[in-house]
Amino acid sequence: MVNTNKPSVKLKVSNLSINYGEASALRDVNLDVYENEIFGIIGPANSGKTSFLKTINRMDIFTPGMKVVGDIIFNGTSLDQWRNVYALRSRIGVVFPLPVGLPLTIYENVALAPRLAGVKNRTELDIIVERCLTRAALWDEVKDRLDSLGSMLSGGQQQRLTIARALSQEPDLLMLDEFSIAVDPVTTMRIEDVLKELKHEMTIILVTNLVQQAYRLADRTAFFLMGDCVEMGNTEDLFSGNVQDERTRDYIEGRFG
Amino acid sequence: MSNERILKTTRQGKPGQGAGDRNLDWYIDKAVQVLVLIAGISAIVFIIGIFTFITKEGISFIFESSYRISAYTIGTLEEKEFPEELLEELEILEGETYVDAAELIIAMEETIGKEATDQYKGLIIEHSVHEPFKVMDFFFSTRWKPTSEWKPTYGAFALIIGTASVTGLAMIVAIPFSLGAAIYIGEFATGKTREALKVLVEMLAAIPSVVWGFIGLSIMNPLIIKAFDVPIGLNVLNAGVILGLMAAPIMATIAEDALKAVPDRYREAAEAMGATRWQVIFKVVLPAAKKGLLAAILLGLGRGFGETMAVLMATGHAINLPTSIFDSVRALTATIAAELGETAVGSDHYRALFTLGIFLFVVTFVINLTADLVVRGVKKG
Repeated sequence: MVNTNKPSVKLKVSNLSINYGEASALRDVNLDVYENEIFGIIGPANSGKTSFLKTINRMDIFTPGMKVVGDIIFNGTSLDQWRNVYALRSRIGVVFPLPVGLPLTIYENVALAPRLAGVKNRTELDIIVERCLTRAALWDEVKDRLDSLGSMLSGGQQQRLTIARALSQEPDLLMLDEFSIAVDPVTTMRIEDVLKELKHEMTIILVTNLVQQAYRLADRTAFFLMGDCVEMGNTEDLFSGNVQDERTRDYIEGRFG
Repeated sequence: MSNERILKTTRQGKPGQGAGDRNLDWYIDKAVQVLVLIAGISAIVFIIGIFTFITKEGISFIFESSYRISAYTIGTLEEKEFPEELLEELEILEGETYVDAAELIIAMEETIGKEATDQYKGLIIEHSVHEPFKVMDFFFSTRWKPTSEWKPTYGAFALIIGTASVTGLAMIVAIPFSLGAAIYIGEFATGKTREALKVLVEMLAAIPSVVWGFIGLSIMNPLIIKAFDVPIGLNVLNAGVILGLMAAPIMATIAEDALKAVPDRYREAAEAMGATRWQVIFKVVLPAAKKGLLAAILLGLGRGFGETMAVLMATGHAINLPTSIFDSVRALTATIAAELGETAVGSDHYRALFTLGIFLFVVTFVINLTADLVVRGVKKG
């Protein structure tokens, strides 16, 4: 399924432009994200990476002044036709740059999404919580204190809690926005191992400003620069210097940004 | 001025800025420091001062016991078939107070003679014991009759219940109202609507309580009589609603601050999971803000408890144990306000009112302290 010649398209973005008032954040982006791949997006700050993610799960409608033009097709349906934006979001897990442990217990942090989806059975919730925390490599550290506040965990633990929470939604698509900013290198490596496992079950979009992280994880990588998608291709090709635009090579080799 | 000139002036300083000179700025700084210090400390001074004043006036009432030949003593003796001629002589002593029984016996010997004193002193002493404050009476008797000629009694139970019932109803009105307003202003309203609402709510909080009392008296009163077909519209319902509307704006303002203190990233995280606006508020924002919301409620409670003018005007001011919300009651604060001006300084009645004051002070102190501790908890968590 993964290695067929023509992988199925999970997310199809056509002619996407994003404006904040007069300022343009993203211009005319076209890209496909395939099922069960890790799709890396690299680029310096202010390149429109976060705006791009916001658009995919329709967080744009709560951001005043954000204007989106273009078409995004998710699971074969255009986002405009998803009439229930909450249902759409529940299919997409998001991990933000800074860890957000909600001010609930660790257990409730992970049980929140299943509860919202209507799971009431305590045994069922227990199973979900344990599974998600285990997959986020956090279970062993917190299994004895599930009733303590999630917001009191350390930064790295909170970030893994955030990932566990995203997994508890059972998403089709997991979007990570520079997840390693507030996490130590060891934890980062552990999370990266988790992601490699997870891609067998879901599609992952990984926005990162660590070029090497994209190299380690991503199957394909896009390079965003100042609101343009400069380059997109197999990660192998990009990092072996096989690029169409010189700027990509410069960025990857660390000559700017 | 050229750059060079500016640099020169800055380096050399203005005249009077040498090492040994104290210029005007220095003195202004000192003066401001002293003024600010006085203002800061004044709060402590005032609290201690008020507490000492109320306690000084009221506390003797609590612990005092004395002997007094009162109308009640004379009347009781008459019933006990005390000899009539002796009673007439004893009436000379009516209104006199003696600090202990020995003094009373000396006075008795002087008026009715040694023999009669020996015979009747037990009876007279028994009925002249004067303890204006009895804990059980004060807290559990409904007989607040401070102006009785016969035997004044100071039972504050009905007043305490009056205040409690009005404040309780006020909270039932104010809590949903204020939290609803806070949620709308804090979570839903945007831009100009939000700013306008905030200003209006703060304005509402500043309306003088006598205005609210007036509304209770002249609008709510006939409205309640008409709507519920009851004889009096000045009752628990009226005062409770008025007090609730009075307390709601200040509660809403504080509750809104508590909601605003919840970081946006919590909302975003929950929204990203597919939670609806209501689910975000109910499952994430309210739990995160619960301490601040509790503090808002407690401050509203303190405000309602201590409010005087509006409850004086809207309760009906009748000593009564309410059996329904359509009964008139009387509040502690209103009693002090209405009666203190007519009492003789130092009299039992005067001191009884101060004892009510001590009670009020202690209760509001406890409420405010709780609120404060809760708010401190917010900052820590």
